[in-house]
Amino acid sequence: MKKISNPQALRQLQETLKKDFDPNKKLVTICAGTGCRGYGCIKVKEELETEIKKQGLDVEVRATGCFGFCEKGPLVVIHPEKIFYQQVKEKDVADIVSKTVASGEVLEKLLYRDPDTQQTVLKEEEVPFYKKQLRLVFGQNGMIDPTRIEDYLIIGGYSALAKTLSEFTPEGVISEVKKAGLRGRGGGGFAAGVKWEGSRRAHGEPKYVIANGDEGDPGAYMDRSLMEGNPHSILEGMIIGAYAIGASEGYIYVRNEYPLAVLHLTMAIAAAKEAGLLGKNILGTDFSFDIHINKGGGAFVCGESSALFASIEGRAGEPRAKYIHAVEKGLWDKPTVLNNVETWANVPLIITRGADWYASIGTEGSKGTKIFSLVGKINNTGLIEVPMGMTLREIIYDMGGGIPNGRKFKAVQTGGPSGGCIPESLLDLPVDFDKLYEVGSMMGSGGMIVMDDKSCMVDVAKYFLAFLQEESCGKCVPCREGVRRMREILEDICAGKGKEGDVELLEHLSTGVADGSLCALGGSAPNPVLSTIKYFRQEYDAHIREHRCPAGVCKALITYSIDPEKCTGCTLCSRVCPVQAITGEKKQAHTINNDLCTRCGACIESCKFDAILVK
Amino acid sequence: MVNMIIDGKNVAATEGTMLLEAIRGAGISVPTLCAHESVSRSGACRLCVVEIKKGNRTRIVTSCLYGVEEGLVVNTKSDRVQNVRRLVMELLLARCPESGLLQKMAQEMGIAPQLRFALDTDKGTCILCRSCVRVCEEVVGVSAIGLFARGSHKTVGTPFMEQSEACIGCGACAYVCPTDHIVMTSTGDKRKIWGRTFKMQACSKCGKFFAPVDQLKFISKKTGTSFEELSVCTECR
Amino acid sequence: MKKTGNYSAKTREIVKKHGGEKSALIAVLQDIQEAFNYLPKQALKTAASAMNLPLSRVYEVATFYTAFSLKPRGEHVVKICMGTACHVRGASSIQDKFERTLGIKPGETSADGKFSLETVNCVGACALGPVVVINTEYHGQVTMAKVDKIVGKINKEGAQS
Repeated sequence: MKKISNPQALRQLQETLKKDFDPNKKLVTICAGTGCRGYGCIKVKEELETEIKKQGLDVEVRATGCFGFCEKGPLVVIHPEKIFYQQVKEKDVADIVSKTVASGEVLEKLLYRDPDTQQTVLKEEEVPFYKKQLRLVFGQNGMIDPTRIEDYLIIGGYSALAKTLSEFTPEGVISEVKKAGLRGRGGGGFAAGVKWEGSRRAHGEPKYVIANGDEGDPGAYMDRSLMEGNPHSILEGMIIGAYAIGASEGYIYVRNEYPLAVLHLTMAIAAAKEAGLLGKNILGTDFSFDIHINKGGGAFVCGESSALFASIEGRAGEPRAKYIHAVEKGLWDKPTVLNNVETWANVPLIITRGADWYASIGTEGSKGTKIFSLVGKINNTGLIEVPMGMTLREIIYDMGGGIPNGRKFKAVQTGGPSGGCIPESLLDLPVDFDKLYEVGSMMGSGGMIVMDDKSCMVDVAKYFLAFLQEESCGKCVPCREGVRRMREILEDICAGKGKEGDVELLEHLSTGVADGSLCALGGSAPNPVLSTIKYFRQEYDAHIREHRCPAGVCKALITYSIDPEKCTGCTLCSRVCPVQAITGEKKQAHTINNDLCTRCGACIESCKFDAILVK
Repeated sequence: MVNMIIDGKNVAATEGTMLLEAIRGAGISVPTLCAHESVSRSGACRLCVVEIKKGNRTRIVTSCLYGVEEGLVVNTKSDRVQNVRRLVMELLLARCPESGLLQKMAQEMGIAPQLRFALDTDKGTCILCRSCVRVCEEVVGVSAIGLFARGSHKTVGTPFMEQSEACIGCGACAYVCPTDHIVMTSTGDKRKIWGRTFKMQACSKCGKFFAPVDQLKFISKKTGTSFEELSVCTECR
Repeated sequence: MKKTGNYSAKTREIVKKHGGEKSALIAVLQDIQEAFNYLPKQALKTAASAMNLPLSRVYEVATFYTAFSLKPRGEHVVKICMGTACHVRGASSIQDKFERTLGIKPGETSADGKFSLETVNCVGACALGPVVVINTEYHGQVTMAKVDKIVGKINKEGAQS
């Protein structure tokens, strides 16, 4: 692409590109997000291309970013009618091309079917999963090929940058972002504009902006989908931020586990540079800014700003005591603004549509939308974007479609290892930064892991502490040793070796670990324990006093048996049992020898008659 | 000078200094394990925590790293502070049950071991205060030892836990170690530390073995002083 | 087995590519691991001297980040996702099953050098949980029965080639 010499030329280029793009032309988009790739969408895409060619049609097949509805992937949309096909297999492709693409005929069997009414739904936006969403940041993912800058320009990409450079002073940008009420999407929810202002005012050159794409919260993958699916939106936000702060260099710190995100961001940076949207004299102005990519090495603690700086500087990711703010002394001790990738992707929207519009969405203290990953024991897993303030019930039941296999909802875990488990009694809680904090959890980066009555809350607490013990950098005593000791107590409880007073001791240790730790990892490490004690105390008591795991998870506290009424003697379980604990004659009810049984669950998985009982 | 209130007393301190010095200067004792005077501070042990109040906000900070501030109200003995110190001592006592220093400090602080914790047997008396690593890097300048792995697996040692080529056998690490975890043995013309045996230089005047040959070579190279000149022990110099 | 000289030459090349910048240490180690499938001791020593860094610093970084392996890894690296979504959907049973099937624990490599088993704290493919990533391929909704199929398929492919 030729260098764009000024904001006016950008507008002209967008117009030209739009003219070449006929919205009524046939187009097939296929989601190429991680979920759909896992379901084999790349093969479906190749098959679509082959078939279209074979049938002599002239139709583009576009692999786009993630559509969000991962549960039903691979997802395909036929434009301009916007016919939404789900769970598309290679064998469906011939029909899709010859019928839907060639003559507009709808294939009923590929449409989404409402599980309650059995009615099929034709378009994406009418599917219940999408209906209540407000996909401002994430919505463009499904239309653009993330490897082509032209696609981003057609949908108005980089207009916000052009507007910034021609209409705003740096201070003007900051006041707009402050007025919009944008808060950081990475965890703490700190006001982005305030951070930017602090850094603009700070002394020291050069100044840096950093996008944190080290999505560490287990159960969250929205940042991945943004980096993979719409990398230019992140770059545009960063460039605007850099202009506001006066930064000349930027970094995107991406998780090592996300190679596709690295690839798409690298391509986006190269394309933006070529187009004069990044690099020296952006859009012909005297503002210059460059972005580098750093790959993380696999350390959750690098979500902590000072640890992330250490990592970019090439050192072990150990946090430093933060008595001087990063906005003044951050990366290489220079003024630095660090925001999460989703935060950056919100910035172009604020500039284009104005702070007042942005601030009209959401709640009193939390503005705009938030992308959540809805995962775990839920029917419609996927990524959703909703206005702040939507209730957990709407999210879990209206969009998420409730709990699978007719089981009962128990808790939703938000905020990753720093967050907590929220019980059923709080399902009508409007979700925003402050409300989640009030109930002992956190927004975090937006993971929502739904748990049913087969999830043990003591086991969940133990899981998070095991995670944190492994991810603690090991620098300060309360986190390194304290989290380990708390975990040991939880291990004991789950093994039936819990002692009276353990819960109180855990609460007591929690206070010291939270107060005494050097960084927020240790500071918030007790949250999963405290929130499960607060809302699910009876489960702790059942483990400690009755040596019983009510959810049937903790192996030391459960036994397997076979329901003779249900067992048909098919012998499958005895064949999969790794320790030969199951015996019985063919066509006769089988029995389990509990002295041998390791509670591995292989028999439960194999049984087609639901005959294995867990007590 | 900046003026603060520490435990109800008016205290003036020099700008740019740390709270720890101001508090101790006021005659109030603060326990520390990792703040060794010859190395930079890391805030690793957390024993020196105090509660500070600015406006209506109170928070716990490590006094060794928090700079003095005008108008700051400091409480060195609040419940929150005591609770953190108690936890740190309980955790360290369980990690290093053999450490005499920790036992002595705990006794002075009136802290008993937490019996619910299983005692570690594999950590020696290392509390990971990092003084040894910092002295090796900042004072000696060889960075022969480092902090490896992370979380509860963190250890201090030489790379690959092998004999280090960078080590000069100076023993500064053993000298700053508060809990005597680092073992250095000297017999005759030999000194052993970090699994490596160093040849000691005899003083050219009194004949006493006083420093490892490698250390003298290192100093000679660094300062330009001849090896012969350095081969005189401090007492004979 | 690659020779020591080989490690050194390639490592020097990698360091040069990154301009010898000290801040590029993590990227250098990532490239070394990409080249040799792990971080050979000789390569770390070469990197330290070529970048003018103490070996202790290099070793610190190499042991801090979990993406790095100081031991040679198998031909196929099996990474079991331990994210929360996978955990509540039974990832630990899948881990047990892999341990039984391959006869190794996380962090170990099978005697024939064919498989290494690793756990990852969330691979960011939560909708597919439980997820296992083998080399670069994602396997979603893994069951214990599927583990046998996956391992069987890899063994079969290996036998043919």
